[in-house]
Amino acid sequence: MTLDKLKTGKNAGIITVGGDGALRCRLLDMGLTPGTAVMIRKIAPMGDPIELYLRGYELSIRLEDAQKIEVEELD
Amino acid sequence: MILALAGNQNSGKTTLFNQLTGSNQHVGNFPGVTVEQKSGEIRGRKDLVVVDLPGIYSMRPYSSEEIVTRDFLIKNKPDGIINIVDATNIQRNLYLTLQLIELGRPMVLALNMMDEVRANGGTIDVNALSAELGIPVVPIAAAKREGLDELVERAVLTAGEKRTPKRLDFCSGAIHRAIHAITHLVEDHAERLGIPPRFAATKLVEGDAPMAEALGLNNNERDTIEHTVSEMESELGLDRNAALADMRYRFIEGVCAKTVTKQRESVAHLRSIRIDNILTHKYLAIPVFLSVMLLVFWLTFGVIGMPLSDLMSEGIDRFTRFADTVLTGYGLNAVFKSLLLDGVFAGVGSVLSFLPIIVTLFFFLSIMEDSGYMARVAFVMDKLLRKIGLSGRSFVPMLIGFGCTVPAVMATRTLSSERDRKMTILLTPFMSCSAKLPIYAVFTAAFFKEFQALVMIGLYIIGILVGIICGLVLKNSTHRGKPIPFVMELPNYRFPSVKSVLLLMWDKAKDFIVRAFTVIFVATIIIWFLESFNYQFNFIEDSEYSLLGTLGRAISPIFAPLGFGDWRAATALITGFTAKEAVVSTLAVLTGTSVAGLGDALGTMFTPLSAFSFLVFTLLYTPCVAAVAAIKREMNSALATAGIVLAQCGIAWVAAMLIYQAGRLLIR
Repeated sequence: MTLDKLKTGKNAGIITVGGDGALRCRLLDMGLTPGTAVMIRKIAPMGDPIELYLRGYELSIRLEDAQKIEVEELD
Repeated sequence: MILALAGNQNSGKTTLFNQLTGSNQHVGNFPGVTVEQKSGEIRGRKDLVVVDLPGIYSMRPYSSEEIVTRDFLIKNKPDGIINIVDATNIQRNLYLTLQLIELGRPMVLALNMMDEVRANGGTIDVNALSAELGIPVVPIAAAKREGLDELVERAVLTAGEKRTPKRLDFCSGAIHRAIHAITHLVEDHAERLGIPPRFAATKLVEGDAPMAEALGLNNNERDTIEHTVSEMESELGLDRNAALADMRYRFIEGVCAKTVTKQRESVAHLRSIRIDNILTHKYLAIPVFLSVMLLVFWLTFGVIGMPLSDLMSEGIDRFTRFADTVLTGYGLNAVFKSLLLDGVFAGVGSVLSFLPIIVTLFFFLSIMEDSGYMARVAFVMDKLLRKIGLSGRSFVPMLIGFGCTVPAVMATRTLSSERDRKMTILLTPFMSCSAKLPIYAVFTAAFFKEFQALVMIGLYIIGILVGIICGLVLKNSTHRGKPIPFVMELPNYRFPSVKSVLLLMWDKAKDFIVRAFTVIFVATIIIWFLESFNYQFNFIEDSEYSLLGTLGRAISPIFAPLGFGDWRAATALITGFTAKEAVVSTLAVLTGTSVAGLGDALGTMFTPLSAFSFLVFTLLYTPCVAAVAAIKREMNSALATAGIVLAQCGIAWVAAMLIYQAGRLLIR
């Protein structure tokens, strides 16, 4: 499934980061690499963007970008 | 000796820079871009200059900040690099470290926030980390000034003896082979051009086209590289970008496993999560944010800034009156006296009275920024601004625009993308600033007694709507370029450092004062000159026959389609360029009444419809000279600024004309 479908508070492992160009590189640079454990901490009040927890810090990305990240639920 | 300070955003880089340099800072722009370059001498070491590079996460040249950092490190060849790393968030911070090491410059790692790591019962084996990375590592706590002397000492030693990193290789297997093959291939080109070969090779593996261009590779070489890379990709089952990021993070995970013992969740992190339970709460976030902004506005404009501003104008007034008596007693030539009192004192005085507001506003803004709240605002507001091609980060500057355009434009400095920054600067002036309120008050009282509040709210809404329309137009024309991806760290909340807050306030105040005495000074003198002389360059008291009056008469036909072809209205709009409050006082002078009696006089000049059209024009046309000066400073281009001023006048004209003509049709 893709990251935007993950329920808040659930852990998942990243399989692939899709998309292209600057955005994809930025996601990879921020540590969203294959195998990384990630959790959705929160969804912004207007429903977008979302707040992720990974590698010990919080990162916010937009839903449309989360759609490009393939994950598998861990718990 | 020049030391470059590089690190992630939120790693405490600015705090470290401020601690190292104190107030010996010089602020400038990097050549060609509006990215701020700060440098300063280390306290007590005149020979040591630190350059504060923009906070970045990676050396991929996508944002202007990353390009600036990369260019500075490669082209200016600083004697050494100080890489500041947030020890509480070490994995992601070391990602940049690995890329910086590839540059092959002498480098020291400043492991910041070690006090927090210790407080949480964690440890980091500094010696082991240093051995793994091949560079000296110095544990520090920048906010507490711990370890800074040792850091400077190590940096000077490393840079002085040109000790380059002991290892460049952090990879194994297929990537290792690919990078090595490519390093060999491009070594000669790179060394000839002064580009670190290893860095060049990694960039080529990433598929960095500008690097291939810079090295002047021929087709043969390019083909070989592409072949090597695709072999690597198929062996790893990952594409080039993912492979490199994966390789670096794997190495970092290995290093951390050996050197970092983490005992419990950090206090700062847990506290942040708790604070965010309210500040980014589904229902509370927006009300809390609006309350915070209301409080800031109330404190700035109501409690602290305004009284101080009033006090300042009062002081300037008194001084002017005093000077008047002295100069009259001295028998100074009337022209010179007018130049001093009506030109210099009045002009610069009225602008200087902004100063307390700007300083107070930046006091609150820097607290919001340094504490980490601004990132949450961006997170909460992003969805709204995305529709016009901006991100949540632009929300706060625009909101400040309702108070005063000058600090709003200055606040765009915190936006990380140049495109977003320029677009925000273009849109901010449409947020009706508080100096326009007196104009609205006089006109609505005279023409729309029953609906005063409604008309005022309507004006604010028109400003916002025009801003949105312009945003949409810009997004689909000149600023089509890809917006920087909204991938933003939400850092832990921290107490802002008093020093950073004070330094920022001082910076902004200095910046504004310098402008008040240069650009703004010249502009007020020009307006004074036009106001005080007639065609024959005789000094006159009655401004009706002045050059300004003549100019007003000359341009007044332009405003006829807007419903106010009266020369006095045109003249008032010209003086509004010095400060928007001047529109009202000029109208009072030209109609020969006081501001209090202006309402009746206006009744003969305007119909309710043309009055509304006039208000719309004042709402949208070019802001005051102080704001224009701020725009010029941030855009770093006189031509672009002139373009913006013209565009604003054009937009104001069209909007007011449409409203007036449509209104006439309806009324008929």
